[in-house]
Amino acid sequence: MIAEIGHFALILALCASFIQGVIPLIGAQRGRSDWIALARPTCQTSFVLVGISFAALTWCFYVNDFSVAYVAGHSNTQLPIMYRLSAVWGGHEGSLLLWVFMLVSWAFSVAQLSKTLDSAMVARVLAVLGLITFGLLLFVLFTSNPFNRLFPVPAEGRDLNPLLQDPGLIFHPPMLYMGYVGLSVAFAFAIAALIAGQLDAAWARWSRPWTTVAWAFLTFGIALGSWWAYYELGWGGWWFWDPVENASFVPWLIATALIHSLAMTEKRGSFKSWTVLLAIAGFSMSLLGTFLVRSGVLTSVHAFATDPTRGIFILLLFSIVVGTSLTLFAWRASQVKSIGHFEIVSRESFILMGNVFLVVAAGSVLLGTLYPLLIDALSLGKISVGPPYFNAVFVPLMTPVALLMAFTPLMRWKQDRLPEAVLRIKWAGVTAGLAAVIMPLLMGQWTPLVALGCFLAVWVGGSVVIQVAGRLRSGFPPISYWGMQFAHFGIAVFMIGVTMVGGFQEEKDVRMDIGDSVTVGGHQLVFKNLASVRGPNYMAARGTFEMRREGRVLRELYPEKRNYFSSSMPMTEAGIDIGLTRDIYVSLGEPLEGSAWAVRVYYKPFVDWIWGGCVLMGLGGFFAIADRRYRTAKVKRHSLVLGSKAAA
Amino acid sequence: MRAKFLIPLGIFMVLVGFLAAGLRLKPSEVPSPLVGKPAPAFTLPTLSDPNKSFSPADFRGRVWLLNVWASWCVACKEEHPVLMDLARQNKVTIVGLDYKDQRDAALTFLQRGGDPYRFSVVDESGRVGIDYGVYGVPETFLIDREGVIRYKHIGPVTPKVLEEKILPLVAALGQQ
Amino acid sequence: MRQVCLLLIGVALASVGFAQTGAREALPLAQDPIVEKRLNEIAEEMRCLVCQNESLAGSRSELALDLRREIRTLIREGKSNQQIRDFMVARYGDFVLYRPPVKSTTLFLWIGPFVLMAGGFLALIVALQRRKRNRLTTVLSTADMKRAETLLKGEK
Repeated sequence: MIAEIGHFALILALCASFIQGVIPLIGAQRGRSDWIALARPTCQTSFVLVGISFAALTWCFYVNDFSVAYVAGHSNTQLPIMYRLSAVWGGHEGSLLLWVFMLVSWAFSVAQLSKTLDSAMVARVLAVLGLITFGLLLFVLFTSNPFNRLFPVPAEGRDLNPLLQDPGLIFHPPMLYMGYVGLSVAFAFAIAALIAGQLDAAWARWSRPWTTVAWAFLTFGIALGSWWAYYELGWGGWWFWDPVENASFVPWLIATALIHSLAMTEKRGSFKSWTVLLAIAGFSMSLLGTFLVRSGVLTSVHAFATDPTRGIFILLLFSIVVGTSLTLFAWRASQVKSIGHFEIVSRESFILMGNVFLVVAAGSVLLGTLYPLLIDALSLGKISVGPPYFNAVFVPLMTPVALLMAFTPLMRWKQDRLPEAVLRIKWAGVTAGLAAVIMPLLMGQWTPLVALGCFLAVWVGGSVVIQVAGRLRSGFPPISYWGMQFAHFGIAVFMIGVTMVGGFQEEKDVRMDIGDSVTVGGHQLVFKNLASVRGPNYMAARGTFEMRREGRVLRELYPEKRNYFSSSMPMTEAGIDIGLTRDIYVSLGEPLEGSAWAVRVYYKPFVDWIWGGCVLMGLGGFFAIADRRYRTAKVKRHSLVLGSKAAA
Repeated sequence: MRAKFLIPLGIFMVLVGFLAAGLRLKPSEVPSPLVGKPAPAFTLPTLSDPNKSFSPADFRGRVWLLNVWASWCVACKEEHPVLMDLARQNKVTIVGLDYKDQRDAALTFLQRGGDPYRFSVVDESGRVGIDYGVYGVPETFLIDREGVIRYKHIGPVTPKVLEEKILPLVAALGQQ
Repeated sequence: MRQVCLLLIGVALASVGFAQTGAREALPLAQDPIVEKRLNEIAEEMRCLVCQNESLAGSRSELALDLRREIRTLIREGKSNQQIRDFMVARYGDFVLYRPPVKSTTLFLWIGPFVLMAGGFLALIVALQRRKRNRLTTVLSTADMKRAETLLKGEK
């Protein structure tokens, strides 16, 4: 019954989003205020209806309703409650419903927080979001309905993939989708502005906070995924340039370019067409990512099991949404005049340069990801493009971006002189140069690549210090100032993590019997004991390892080898000692003869700085939108009232 | 001024074209670089009599199929009746390559389903399989009179594949 | 005196015994760590053909185990990294390499990003210079010039 309610709610939402998409849009064009006024209510209705649907599906999982095919395929009675609930987004249909729920939530937020925005504009923005919602709901209802029933009803479900039974995987998809899908708001604002022919600083000011928040969530989402892969998969890696990982990274790069571009358009009135194009590109990349992950077109561990019909449908949706937007862009953008004059040496042009490099980087990741498909489609053979390619290409592409990141905030608007700008940053340059020489040696070995990483990290971090020191002289700045500083500093921290782990990690693959020890990174690990442990839906062999440093026992680690009842593949749970300057990582391999086991241990210096840096970046994003200007609702209304009183 | 704004749309249309083409491809299928090259040499014992052995050179002058199979392979059971049928038609000799298998299990498998092979050879370690670029079972190679691999089929052989690809090629090669 | 000596010997033996309770150092899993190191270097850049995008080094599938064993044999036979790569490509095609070989079909892949970067940079410089030129050479029409003069004179 509940499932049917969920299904019916989706059908109603389909109708609501259709009305939301069409009527207000025509109303805004024709100036019909009654049609314009339909935007918010239909948007709120869609939100409530999809919410009901999502709640219904969650309920089905909660009560183990195996008559619903999707529930039977991804859950069972022995699954712990929190995984029973997160299993809602464990498969294609459910995660797609989550996608749609995020979309209507974002649209709802826009509807609620845009009271001071011109109503015709709001109508257009919500209409665009409504049209996208409509398209996705069509997809869900026709090809990916999570509420399909199953007869005969099985007594027990199949179980959630053991890899997904983990806290990290509870939060990773929702956060990722918040980001991915949130880029639709910037997209909707851009399209609305193009339709209205109104690309002004106000549009940029409105788009900025929404885009920044979406970017921050996307940053957190990707970082969570990376951290999860590190501690769960047992091979100590944190990024594999897998097509699905790339599918989330490309929108991130574009979104980064977009938030900088929006800042320019808002502050200086420049780059309007470019910013609009980026806004369209960002969400397009989100849609492309959705296509790549669910169409079976690329091979990936992450990819959902799917069939060609779904692939065709998403491709159609993608083509219509992006094709229409780019046509609109080609038509209207040429009429847009950007103001703002600036020299070739100025902060504006340097930001634009950074933008160009970020977009090239995004394009290159996309190229590498799609190249095998390109070559195969042209019948030119079959190749693989993996981490060696991406690592070789990405580092040279991002180095100029890192160089610019430190330099540009210290440049003057409109006009600057290079020699003077260089002088402003000299302390960061000197320190970075010293760091490039000293830091690798301190860690044990000097190599050019590690030196480069250290240089860039201190270069960027040093620039932040210079900026903050300068700014503090005129009093403590508001929270929003710290946004950019945290984000850029986060990148510096991230770079230290990547450089140190890449350059100095240690790995040992050993044969251990009870009582044996292995030393890695100055730490000694002694294999004390192996016990058989029963979990709610698995049996595990749990090892006890004593971790010592210079003779002193620090703590114990408990890596496990789990056999879930529902799966034949054994799962590893690593035992990790998390530290500020390093991780010590122990993972059980296979049992050998007698009581011996194959054990793998890692010393990972500064690895947590990778995700720590990402957290700083995301925080920076949230700080940036705490700007007083965005809390203008009260201020504006107040001044409007005063103004009208004064005029009277 | 107008023209440059059409560039993004142009690039996009090309991209969609490739993605649409991509939907018809099979990304995890590995085509063989051995097609058109001489079949790698080997000498392996036969399944029925370990004292006898076979090399591809022994079959110079005839067109034949090398079918990689195993008793533990589920898809091979699917393919088996098709091979039995083909053997009855007697259009081409089929030699089996028993891949990473146990002799007893293999013999039992053939007893139960019938033996479509002229004979099978045993590749216990899988070493010969590596030379032939075998990555999954079943796989079938079509080898011509000069000992050159002319066609490789990945996955179970179906009547459709026989009709459309393999048998016509056998006939064409037979003419020469 | 004898008792003191015995006591000292006893203490010495005991302390040696205590030292031995420091655990025994584990042996590497691999037969030959040097071969293993080279194997990892090579196998990390190769694809596991039966997995959903995993490297040959990390995969636990049967085929991966067989292929790693094969590569160890080749290393012990003294083959170079390139020879081993050629061995694998001869049997499985370019698909097995995670680092795509540089050939005519992959030229666009390898050069593309850098061409794009240079191109983007140049396009930016050109666009910025054009902007500057447009601004500087915006000339008023003669009618407008006259109007401007009249207005300016009127202001005085």
